[in-house]
Amino acid sequence: MTSPQKIDPSNIGEQAQIKLPSWKTDAKPFVQIENITKKFDDFTAVDNISLDIYENELFCLLGGSGSGKSTLLRMLAGFEAPSSGRILIDGIDMAGIQPWNRPVNMMFQSYALFPHLTVNENIAFGLKREGIRGTEVKKRVAEMLDLVQLGHLGKRKPNQLSGGQRQRVALARSLIKRPKLLLLDEPLGALDKKLREETQFELINIQDELGVTFVVVTHDQEEAMTLATRIGVMNHGVIVQTDEPHEVYEYPNSRFVAEFVGSVNLFQGEVTTDEPDTVCVTSTEAGGVLCVNHGISCAPNQEVHVAVRPEKVRISEQRPDQPFNCIEGNILDIAYMGSLSVFKVKLPSGKEVRVTQPNINRESGGRFTWDDKVFLSWDMDSCVVLTS
Amino acid sequence: MKRRSLFLNMSAGFGFLFLYAPIIALIIYSFNASKLVTVWGGWSLKWYAELFKNDQIIDAALLSFKIAFITATLAVVLGTMAGFVLSRFGPFKGKMVLSGWISAPLVMPEVITGLSLLLLFVAMEGMFGWPAGRGTGTIIIAHTTFCMAYVAVIVQARLSSMDESLEEAAMDLGAKPSSLFFLITLPLISPAIISGWLLSFTLSLDDLVIASFVSGPGNSTLPMVIFSKVRLGVTPEVNALATLMILVVAIGVIGAMYQMRRQARLLAQPEN
Repeated sequence: MTSPQKIDPSNIGEQAQIKLPSWKTDAKPFVQIENITKKFDDFTAVDNISLDIYENELFCLLGGSGSGKSTLLRMLAGFEAPSSGRILIDGIDMAGIQPWNRPVNMMFQSYALFPHLTVNENIAFGLKREGIRGTEVKKRVAEMLDLVQLGHLGKRKPNQLSGGQRQRVALARSLIKRPKLLLLDEPLGALDKKLREETQFELINIQDELGVTFVVVTHDQEEAMTLATRIGVMNHGVIVQTDEPHEVYEYPNSRFVAEFVGSVNLFQGEVTTDEPDTVCVTSTEAGGVLCVNHGISCAPNQEVHVAVRPEKVRISEQRPDQPFNCIEGNILDIAYMGSLSVFKVKLPSGKEVRVTQPNINRESGGRFTWDDKVFLSWDMDSCVVLTS
Repeated sequence: MKRRSLFLNMSAGFGFLFLYAPIIALIIYSFNASKLVTVWGGWSLKWYAELFKNDQIIDAALLSFKIAFITATLAVVLGTMAGFVLSRFGPFKGKMVLSGWISAPLVMPEVITGLSLLLLFVAMEGMFGWPAGRGTGTIIIAHTTFCMAYVAVIVQARLSSMDESLEEAAMDLGAKPSSLFFLITLPLISPAIISGWLLSFTLSLDDLVIASFVSGPGNSTLPMVIFSKVRLGVTPEVNALATLMILVVAIGVIGAMYQMRRQARLLAQPEN
């Protein structure tokens, strides 16, 4: 299924003045992953993945634990050899090229700072292995420390730094060799929430400034959404969907993606109307007819799921004037979260629906109370039909 | 602090009593002025003076120190290699055999280790004339054999608990295997190696049984000399000697523990 908003590369001529991101043009991909499979004994960690990553991209591999995302990253770094398939970086086949000879650097989840070396020595490590000595090393280490705003901490040992500082040292160390491709394994995973949010934007700025291609592995969908130019959602060793964050969120191509990225309400039903620009689904679970305003490839009576995000659902006391995408239920639970309120609404079928409403004014969270009968409705372009 | 029960207090008290009372008695009696070991005759340092006049004991002590030093050094080299293979080589044929062999000397009765080594040395001498006779060389080989097992276990434990991504990070930054070993791995496991050396040194210094099997005439180590003296009746001189040995061993063990703690501190990850 393709989303209707996708730009067809063949139309670029008409809108040449708009600079399109490279993955939408026919630019040559920088990293080419071709039919990569990795097996550990009987377990297939990565299952026949093909993926192109372009220059200056900030590509996120998003997936749960055991989805194979880290294994894929480690194959790019050269720590694991693929069981079959090949990886090309900048056009060069990486088969048989050892980690220390690859034009790639990696930032480790544990940071892997050398505990017996100072911050300066840690950052200089990569340069010294290239045979660079003396003032050149000093100059470039100082540059890197400035970039990550740690200029004053060069003489400390890693165990004298806070988690956030160690994260920056790790970043500086992995960037000092000016790699064309930087691999980041859960770069923000060990930071607390506030620091993580600040660091996200810093990472983007640094990536922008240096023009390095980033491949980030994360299990945190918010992190992926903020950072990425494109997201590859992984499950059981396969990339289920590759798209821009907006597309992945608004047009998930499967129930897995819809549920993994953000939260979602899924209603099972059967296709009753199948037209080029409208698809309607009758759902006993929802207790009504649900329609979307774009065509999908499906057959009448086919069993499908309609997905609608909690924030796209309106909640009202009066039945809204619309023939479809309108269901009723009773409020089961209310959670006041400050910026928004979360309502759990129980439908007559027993299905629970999650609705979030922004608290636009102070009292808007208190409009409803437990057991109130409410109507839930949404627009045709607010939901998607999922066939898998 | 939490109040401890009477039972715990008594357990701790008995533990200390059983472990340290004999040693303390020995140390006190080493300063005994009396000629009779079991009769207290006031404080004196005369048995220490006697000890240093006894050439047989001094020679044996020097030999023991020499053996212990060479043994510890060899055991550290071989044991580190063995520990490396066990923790980094991945699965390979014969790994079970190797790790079994590593732990065997730790649990094998020393008599058996000594006897089997003696038989081996005799057989080898018969087959290709080396080692010619038994003496310092055979004691060093025998001691290295069981000491390297201890070193291997310590090094393997350290390597296994070390974050492997440290080594990967070094490779990722361009370190080839040789520079990786000398710049990252070796400094990080050095406390384990030092404590392994100290442990080997004290084990070699302590050993009586294995040395008795594989030593030759005129190559008596210190424990062997003490043992033969004691058989003729304990002299206060031996108390003095034993006190000095306790001192050396204690320094070795405390040094080994200090190195292990230093290692733990070095590898400790601070909280965020």
